[in-house]
Amino acid sequence: MQRLRIHGWKIFLTLVMVAVAVTMVVPFLWMISTSFKFEKNVFSFPIHWIPVQWNWKNYYNATHTQFDFALYYFNTIKVAILTTVAQVSVSTLSAYAFAKIRFKFRNALFFLYLSTLMIPSQITVVPAFMIFSWLKVADSHFSIIVVSSFSVYGTFLIRQFMLSVPNELSESARIDGAGHRLIFARIVLPISIPAVATLAMLKFIWTWNDYQNPLIFLSSPRLFTLQLGMRSFASEFGEQFAMTMAAAVLAILPLFVVFFFGQRYVIEGISLGAVKG
Amino acid sequence: MKSRLGHDRLLRGENIAGFFFLLPGLLGFLTFVLFPLVFSFLLGFTQWSFISGFDEIKFLGLSNFWLLFKDFEFQQALQNTVLYTIGTVPVTIVLGFLIAVVLHRYVYAKNALKIAIFMPYISSLVAISVVWKILLFPSYGPVNEFLSWIGIAHPPGWFGDAKWALPALAIQTIWLQLGYNVIVYMAGLATVNLDLYDAASIDGAGAVRQLIHVTLPGVAATTFFLSIMGFIGSFKVFDQISVITQGGPGYSTMVIAYYIYQQAFQFYHMGYASAMAWILFLIIFIMTAIQWRFGNSETP
Repeated sequence: MQRLRIHGWKIFLTLVMVAVAVTMVVPFLWMISTSFKFEKNVFSFPIHWIPVQWNWKNYYNATHTQFDFALYYFNTIKVAILTTVAQVSVSTLSAYAFAKIRFKFRNALFFLYLSTLMIPSQITVVPAFMIFSWLKVADSHFSIIVVSSFSVYGTFLIRQFMLSVPNELSESARIDGAGHRLIFARIVLPISIPAVATLAMLKFIWTWNDYQNPLIFLSSPRLFTLQLGMRSFASEFGEQFAMTMAAAVLAILPLFVVFFFGQRYVIEGISLGAVKG
Repeated sequence: MKSRLGHDRLLRGENIAGFFFLLPGLLGFLTFVLFPLVFSFLLGFTQWSFISGFDEIKFLGLSNFWLLFKDFEFQQALQNTVLYTIGTVPVTIVLGFLIAVVLHRYVYAKNALKIAIFMPYISSLVAISVVWKILLFPSYGPVNEFLSWIGIAHPPGWFGDAKWALPALAIQTIWLQLGYNVIVYMAGLATVNLDLYDAASIDGAGAVRQLIHVTLPGVAATTFFLSIMGFIGSFKVFDQISVITQGGPGYSTMVIAYYIYQQAFQFYHMGYASAMAWILFLIIFIMTAIQWRFGNSETP
């Protein structure tokens, strides 16, 4: 009797959560469904989740406008990978220093790093834009890569993880005569791979979705990332809803695929940063 | 004597090693965080149209800040940002907590549900904003068609209506942010000591009382984290406004971050924009300090 009651509750709550999950997912389903419809059927009600008439041309049309989605894909992948590599490299080195090396002013400096997390990007982006413009490199991938690569969040995340790597390991290596370079490269870094993978995934996703920086720095359409491209596309063709939905699917899908394969790292990473912090 | 010499050498070695490891990050930090910070601070006291070059800088003292004080559009932006924050952060925290608790122990298919609820968070903000804009079309969008169908005579005008634009934005944000809060809370729930629940059971506490007296305090650190990050992030909202409403209708969705963007990158009022950015920072700082004071019970 007791067990039946518990099962009953569980089923009920599962159904409630399914309703919540459906609310979360419905806009995506509508987006995909609409991308296969003809314009005239987009707003027909009741909603036909499975299109009555399948329009396969939307995707073709969306990729053959003056907005070169293939190029945007390439640009976004390039920027996301380079930024991720840069951020991960810098963060792991800095994190190791803060976690494992006892140098002067270590704690004060780390506190300074942390406090800058509160600074809104609006403060730093105006001077950054001015400086890059003077140097004539504003309208380039270099500017947006560099501007995003030095976030202290990465250092924070990895440092927290490295703190939990037992000091005995470094100590015994030290006794064997190893310097920090070796200890970092051969011991601490390999153990920290989960945290590094997590940072890489998170950074990749954030950079892929970054809209503000490309918006501010990039003016040449040939340099546009997917977000900017999507925005321009919507401004131009927004009234062609089905085709715009096809473009939206193209903009969102890759990340879902990436997430699908790396979900463990993403979810762990978010949890790691939040709970242990 | 000998050991002291060795000790000093060790310390100096540590300092040098630390320096080298830190160098790339530190350089980046100085160039792209500290230097712009100072530069922006100075800019806040100038009137400077970016396109006119160095000689056109005018030092204005506090006049930018005075102007902000009297600027109606800024006041609207401030008001909207505050309302938006109040409307989204507490809701996402409470809902996130409740959903996490339910998902944690009381459902089947936990992982699938977890992932489904998290999906909005990783979607491209630009693309998903375009989708929402169409979904919420006042006259023939799916949402309003549905609302009319279930009997609501005059469904809201959503992004086309000055009264409903900000609430629409808030609803969209809650939809986007919920998954993140749920994930974080679920991680926090896993750290709550199970023995505490047993003890509470023995004392006769039912599920709800256990929730209030064991679970809730147990995830206090998580709540603290989400609250701070939530307030900070919410005050900086930008992408959705830029894509969907550009501050309208009227000034109903003008927010601080977007106004700064407009002033700096559409009107090139670098000084004015920087002054505003510092006000934003000040607000965030004060809010965080208040929460830190009242929320930070644990010593790290």
